[in-house]
Amino acid sequence: MSVRTPAFLAICLVVAAVVFAVSIAVGNDYVFFAGYVVLQYVVLSTAWNILGGYCGYVNFGTAAFFAMGAYSTVAIYKFTTGDDAYLAIPVPIPVLMLFGGVVSGIVGFGMGYLTLRLRGAFFSIATLALAVVLETLVVNWDYVGGSRGAYIIRPEQIAPIGSYIRYLFLIMMLLAVAALAIARLIERSRLGFGFATIRDDELAAEASGVPTLRLKLIATTISGALMGMAGAPFPYYISYLQPDSTFALDYAVNSIAMPLIGGTTSWVGPLIGAVLLGTVQQIITVTISSAVNLLIVGCLLVFFVIVAPNGIVGLVHTYLQRKPDDFVGRRHVDAEAPGSVP
Amino acid sequence: MNGVMNRAMDNTDLLQVDNLGKRFGGFVALENIALSVAAGERLGLIGPNGSGKSTLVNCICGTLRNEQGAVRFNGQQLDGLAAHHRTRLGLARSFQLPRPFVSMSLIDNIRIPLLYTVAARGSGRSAQDIDARCADLLHEVGLEEKARRLPRDLTQVEMRKLELARAMAAEPKLLIADEAMAGLTHSEVEEILTLLVRLNDQGVTIILIEHIMRAVMSFSRRLVVLVSGRKIADGAPDDVMRDPEVERAYLG
Repeated sequence: MSVRTPAFLAICLVVAAVVFAVSIAVGNDYVFFAGYVVLQYVVLSTAWNILGGYCGYVNFGTAAFFAMGAYSTVAIYKFTTGDDAYLAIPVPIPVLMLFGGVVSGIVGFGMGYLTLRLRGAFFSIATLALAVVLETLVVNWDYVGGSRGAYIIRPEQIAPIGSYIRYLFLIMMLLAVAALAIARLIERSRLGFGFATIRDDELAAEASGVPTLRLKLIATTISGALMGMAGAPFPYYISYLQPDSTFALDYAVNSIAMPLIGGTTSWVGPLIGAVLLGTVQQIITVTISSAVNLLIVGCLLVFFVIVAPNGIVGLVHTYLQRKPDDFVGRRHVDAEAPGSVP
Repeated sequence: MNGVMNRAMDNTDLLQVDNLGKRFGGFVALENIALSVAAGERLGLIGPNGSGKSTLVNCICGTLRNEQGAVRFNGQQLDGLAAHHRTRLGLARSFQLPRPFVSMSLIDNIRIPLLYTVAARGSGRSAQDIDARCADLLHEVGLEEKARRLPRDLTQVEMRKLELARAMAAEPKLLIADEAMAGLTHSEVEEILTLLVRLNDQGVTIILIEHIMRAVMSFSRRLVVLVSGRKIADGAPDDVMRDPEVERAYLG
C-alpha cells in the first residue's frame, strides 16, 4: 500500500482536523497548551531524524536551532511592536515561522559547512559547541533581551478561531503535518537513498557517485530550518522568553530520545516517539513534577537501547516478519507482500 | 636484459598517472609513480603488503588527495575532483574489504550507482528500467535469488560479487578491483575471474590488484609491480616475473 504524497497529506490533514475537533470538544484550553508542546516535539524530532536518523549524524544542537527560530521572532517583534518599534506592522505567525526557518536553515547550512569532515562523536560535540556559542551570543545581545529575557504580549483572541492558544496549536499541527510529509517524501526519494548511503558508508557512497558533502548540507539545512520553524511561534506560546529555558538541554535530549524510541529509519518513528514521550511528559508535569521528565527519558532510553535498538517501528517490523529467511529490506516492504519475495 | 619495458606515454590512454607522490607525515607511501593504461587493457597491479597499491588506488579514485603529480582520466584532469565526480566520469572501484550499504537490500545497493552515477550522466531512465537493470546486474553475478536480502545474509564470496556488481552498476570505463578475491577458495576465485574477464570482453578496462599470483597471471595482459611506494617493473607478466629486481623485492 504505497500512498502517494498528496493522499498522505490529505490523510494527515483529516487526522489533524479530528485531533483539533476532539481537543475543542474537551472544552478545556489546557489541552491546547499541552498539545502544543507535544506537536512541537513531533516537528523537532522529525527534523532531528532527517539528519540523525536518515544520515546518521547525531545532532546535539536542537535547542540552538529551536532558539534561533524563537529569537528571530523576538527580534522581529521588537522591530515591529511597542514604543520603540521601527515599523508598526504586526507580523502574522506563519510569516515569523518562515523567517525563523530561514535563519535556522542558514545556521544549519553553516554548521554543516563547518563540520563537513567531522564524523561520529566529533560531529556531535561540534553541534553541542554550536549551541553554547549561540546561547552566549544571545545572552549578550541586548536587543532581544539578553540574559534578562524578553516579553511578548500575546493577543487574547484571534478572529475566526477564538483563543490564541488554539491558533498556535493549529499552526503547530500544520507544521507537524508538513514536517512529516517532507520526511516521508525524502525517505522515498533518491535523496533518501543518498542519505541512507551516508549513514551506512560514506566511502562506498562516494565510490557509487553519491555527492556526500552536498547531501549532508541539504540534510543539515532542512533539519535546521524545520527546527527553527518549530521555535518561531514559541515566544507567543511562552510569552516570556529566556535564554536559559530556550537553549535548554531538554530540547536536544528529547529530540534525540523520541526518534530513538520510535525508530529512526522511517518518518513514523519520530511521530510515535514524540506523541508517546511528549504526552507522558505532559501528564507527569501536571501530576508529579516536570523535574521527573528527564529521568523518565533516561530510563526509557536505556530500556529501548537494550530491548529494542530499532525502536518501536523496529519491534513491529520484527514481529510482522518472524521468519528470518523472509527478511525483507525496509525499503520495499510497502511495495511487496512478504510472501512475494522473488 | 631485464626485459621490463616501459610503455611509451600515449595521449589516447584512458588513465594516465604522472609523477604521483603521496606521503603520510614522514612516511613516503608513493613516489614518482608513472602509469598509463590504455582502453580495454587488463592490468595486474602487484606488490608486497604496504607497497602502496591501495594508496595508489585511493589517489586515483579521489579517496585520498595526492600532494604531488597528476592523474588524467579519459583526457580529463582529475586532480581536485571529489570521488563521486570521478565515479561519474567512469572510474569505478571495488573495495579491498567489501563495504556494502548494510541497511539496504542487495537490489537497493545496486540501485545507488544507477540513481546517482548513471542518472547524473543524463540518460534519464524510468524507475522500471532501473529496477530491470538492477535485476540484470544481480543476475550477472548470480545473486538474483537474494535480491531482497540484506548484505549481512551474504557469504564472503557473495559479498565480493555484490561489491563488483555495485561497481559495474556505475557503468564504468575503468574498473579497479582492489583484492576482489582475497580469502576466497579456488573455485570462488575462478568465478570472480570469469566475471572480470566477461566484463573486460564488454569493453571495460580493468586494473586488478591481487595477491593470488595464479589469478593475477591468468588474468593480466600486463603487470605492474610496486615496492615501497615505487614502481619497479611494468610489462608483460612473464617478463616481469623473470625480472631479478622483482624476484628480489617481491618474492625473495
